[in-house]
Amino acid sequence: MSTPTTELVDFDEALASYDPAMGLEVHVELNTATKMFCGCPATFGGEPNTQTCPTCLGLPGSMPAVNATAVESAIRIGLALNCEIAEWCRFARKNYFYPDMPKNFQTSQYDEPIAFDGWTDVEVVTEDGTETFRVEIERAHMEEDTGKSLHVGGATGRIHGAEYSLVDYNRAGIPLIEIVTRPIVGAGDKAPAVARAYVAQLRDLIVGLGVSEARMDQGNLRADVNLSLSPAGSGTLGTRTETKNVNSFRSVERAARYEVSRQAAILRAGGTITQETRHWHEDTGITTSGREKSDAEDYRYFPEPDLVPVAPSREWVEQLRATLPEPPRARRARLQQEWGFSDLEMRDTVGAGAMGLVEETVAHGASPQSARKWWLSELARRANEQGTDLASLAIAPADVARIQALVDEGRINDKLARQVFDGVLAGEGTPDEVVASRGLAVVSDEGALGEAVDRAIEANPDVAAKIRDGKVAAAGALIGAVMKEMRGQADAARVRELVLERLS
Amino acid sequence: MSAPTSGRPLVERTAAELAEALAAGETTSVEVTQAFLDRIAAVDGEVHAFLHVDAEGALAAARASDERRAAGAPASVLDGVPVAVKDVLATEGLPTTCGSRILEGWVPPYDATVVARLKQAGLPILGKTNMDEFAMGSSTEHSAYGPTHNPWDLDRIPGGSGGGSAAAVAAHEAPLAIGTDTGGSIRQPGAVTGTVGVKPTYGGVSRYGLVAMANSLDQAGPVTRTVLDAALLHEVIGGHDPLDSTSIDQPLPAVVDAARAGTDLAGLRVGVIRELGGEGYQPGVQQRFDEAVELLVQAGAEVVEVSCPSFAHALAAYYLVMPSEASSNLARFDAMRYGLRVLPEGVDSPSAEDVMRATRDAGFGDEVKRRIILGTYALSSGYYDAYYGSAQKVRTLISRDFAAAFEAADVLVSPTAPTTAFKLGEKLDDPLAMYLNDVATIPANLAGVPGISVPAGVAEEDGLPVGLQVLAPATADDRLYRVGAALEALLEQRWGGPLLTLDKLALATEEPA
Repeated sequence: MSTPTTELVDFDEALASYDPAMGLEVHVELNTATKMFCGCPATFGGEPNTQTCPTCLGLPGSMPAVNATAVESAIRIGLALNCEIAEWCRFARKNYFYPDMPKNFQTSQYDEPIAFDGWTDVEVVTEDGTETFRVEIERAHMEEDTGKSLHVGGATGRIHGAEYSLVDYNRAGIPLIEIVTRPIVGAGDKAPAVARAYVAQLRDLIVGLGVSEARMDQGNLRADVNLSLSPAGSGTLGTRTETKNVNSFRSVERAARYEVSRQAAILRAGGTITQETRHWHEDTGITTSGREKSDAEDYRYFPEPDLVPVAPSREWVEQLRATLPEPPRARRARLQQEWGFSDLEMRDTVGAGAMGLVEETVAHGASPQSARKWWLSELARRANEQGTDLASLAIAPADVARIQALVDEGRINDKLARQVFDGVLAGEGTPDEVVASRGLAVVSDEGALGEAVDRAIEANPDVAAKIRDGKVAAAGALIGAVMKEMRGQADAARVRELVLERLS
Repeated sequence: MSAPTSGRPLVERTAAELAEALAAGETTSVEVTQAFLDRIAAVDGEVHAFLHVDAEGALAAARASDERRAAGAPASVLDGVPVAVKDVLATEGLPTTCGSRILEGWVPPYDATVVARLKQAGLPILGKTNMDEFAMGSSTEHSAYGPTHNPWDLDRIPGGSGGGSAAAVAAHEAPLAIGTDTGGSIRQPGAVTGTVGVKPTYGGVSRYGLVAMANSLDQAGPVTRTVLDAALLHEVIGGHDPLDSTSIDQPLPAVVDAARAGTDLAGLRVGVIRELGGEGYQPGVQQRFDEAVELLVQAGAEVVEVSCPSFAHALAAYYLVMPSEASSNLARFDAMRYGLRVLPEGVDSPSAEDVMRATRDAGFGDEVKRRIILGTYALSSGYYDAYYGSAQKVRTLISRDFAAAFEAADVLVSPTAPTTAFKLGEKLDDPLAMYLNDVATIPANLAGVPGISVPAGVAEEDGLPVGLQVLAPATADDRLYRVGAALEALLEQRWGGPLLTLDKLALATEEPA
């Protein structure tokens, strides 16, 4: 455990000497109504230990029963990742002691996963455009989540050194799908970007399937990054580390880059990599040693005798295949073309998790550019302020489309539109209701506008003189003054016309 | 307590007779329940069949039963007939210890499905019966709360692990009891106490709420004095339960009808299993068995000999599968949330692991620790295929042997146990000798087929009860009752009455109510 953690080799320099190999394990928490093996609600936010029963508490005598919806979600995820779906598979017990594990074994799948041998293609941006990498999926299997420990006292927040621990079993038994890639080799310096693109794409896919909220910040989607280095061109696999629970796309990339630099420093100094789990620290951007983990760690897996095998019929699998949404890459390419977005615009849209929202807004009649503008600027800012994501804002794509329509009709301007967003988000009703109740319609009374323009010219003779001399750019000051007087409720374009008419 | 106006004392009557008396208005559930509570009070000091008696709860249930009956709406045929429940089944509000210190004081917040069905059918629960710790044993000597004594001879074992349920029924402390059978824990106690014990088809009775020893082998079933009573109880507890995924989703066979089908066995093919008998079987046991088979022939059955060569490996396979599953099942007893908690001595601020270790060391008995160690070893990486994997293959071979045997015969028969009840303490230091007592019962658990043990008389050399085991194909539990009831009737004709009567017991002779 005497692994130095501070020495680093520059990333590009490290890649000159070593080839990285990565494996990604992603846990997806499904959004089923009930837990994996009992009828308790699988929702978040309940008072601790209120969503429990003998089964998810692992009480003596209790028994599991498989949630069919979770199996269906697992199969759909498998199909979306181009996996084979097992004709017959079993659950297995993974035996180990941990205080927040109700039974001291986790009901999981071992050598008979529900889905296996799949792939998904991801794109990363390079100097010459984009490059496609195929990420091979080894398996996707079903399992249950553990309880959640809160370690109180002590410096680290970890169990060691804590004064006492509290355990919330509401999370125990929530269905998880663990998706494991085969080693990703040959990506070179793109490896961290591939990791990020893979996790981002996986999230899109999961959201598209509607099987999970897939909020990384809430732990619905948790990524572990396995990474090892081997001497460049050797074609071997080095000793790996497993960095746990990396909770954003950006962190996936950063954690991979950090491990490349850290491991290269150790190897270059003639050291060896300790096989261990490591913890990612978002604030400092480093990983630190967790527990040592050898491949020989013995979980004493054996088939769960309380459950019968899962044997999805081929008919059912085909029915589920028919319900799959368009694959993410195809959908993205289609939408980019339909919308006429640049690569950069499209990447920002996807990155903000706004692709689906823009799509729906466009479907409600907004232009793609206006939809993108509102979601990626005004609404992204508000989501940030609220610490939530776009999809969780209290506004529907239809509302956004209606607000843009009001702008297009000249009934409000962009500035007023922001107030309409405020109103809708505050629950004051539809955009039209907010416009009416807040009295936000632009002033279209030419007489009132004209008088305001005349007053502005009178009050700003110097500016007026400049405009008469042909310095049209100076008109902005007069327009601003008029808009201020009208408290923003005027069509700025019309004000400009009136100013120029009078001073030409 | 006033005696009934007609007939024998209440505690001597079978459950079917009690049900009739209740239906006829000759007695009440409160009277019946009180009679058994009185009997428990009188004799359980000697027998120690019960770990917990719930007089208050039983009488409350009896009053409710009498009210239902008065309103003309009994919940079932057995409404009002009391029952004892092995302490391995979760009972809401009643302590459930599994015979272990580690669960001392635990009161489950829920009912096992079997218990819920008993309550639904209106059977007052008298209490929880003693057992080998976590059902691990064949003598009930491994109970952390002291052994149960065989009512026929208090120096002898009542069998195990369900010795408490069998002894309670034999001692007339309960007309009915629930047992569980992982390798013979219903049938072997039945054999050595002169009672009837049924292990239903695996999946025939819900295991939800049965604290598992070995999930793929455990099965709850009836413990009674007659075959008909067992069938009546089987009907109450059997049938599909969505809370147990391994429970069979099809209707229970007509077990009560089968138990009433009479003594004509014409056309029935009975297979005598060559491997279960002869050498290693007590001569008096073998003799009663042979005579019983002769009776079946007289009743019209055709007897054939069948061979099940893989049974030779059953015990070895069982002692790999059972401890493997048990080692995992028992991991949850970690002092974190319920049951015993022991703080390690000489440790200033013990970690969770320290507390787990100290609690498991103090809370589990030697036999439990032995099986946890065996199972942990058998499942270990590198050994799994050789041990657990091979054992599963043996199970397949045993199932094939059964399938072939059931081609030649409709039911199979053997002595239930190789010996009559042995003395308390006799095999305590010799686990292997203890394990051998289950040699005839284990194959049924490994294959999931149903079995019954019915009294076949007493052995000449020691005057102790001998059991005959009948095995049937999976889901054909009705055949057990047909053959069991016929044999019971034929034997009782020969004996001039039931084998198990109060005068045969080594208990206080005071006239019961």
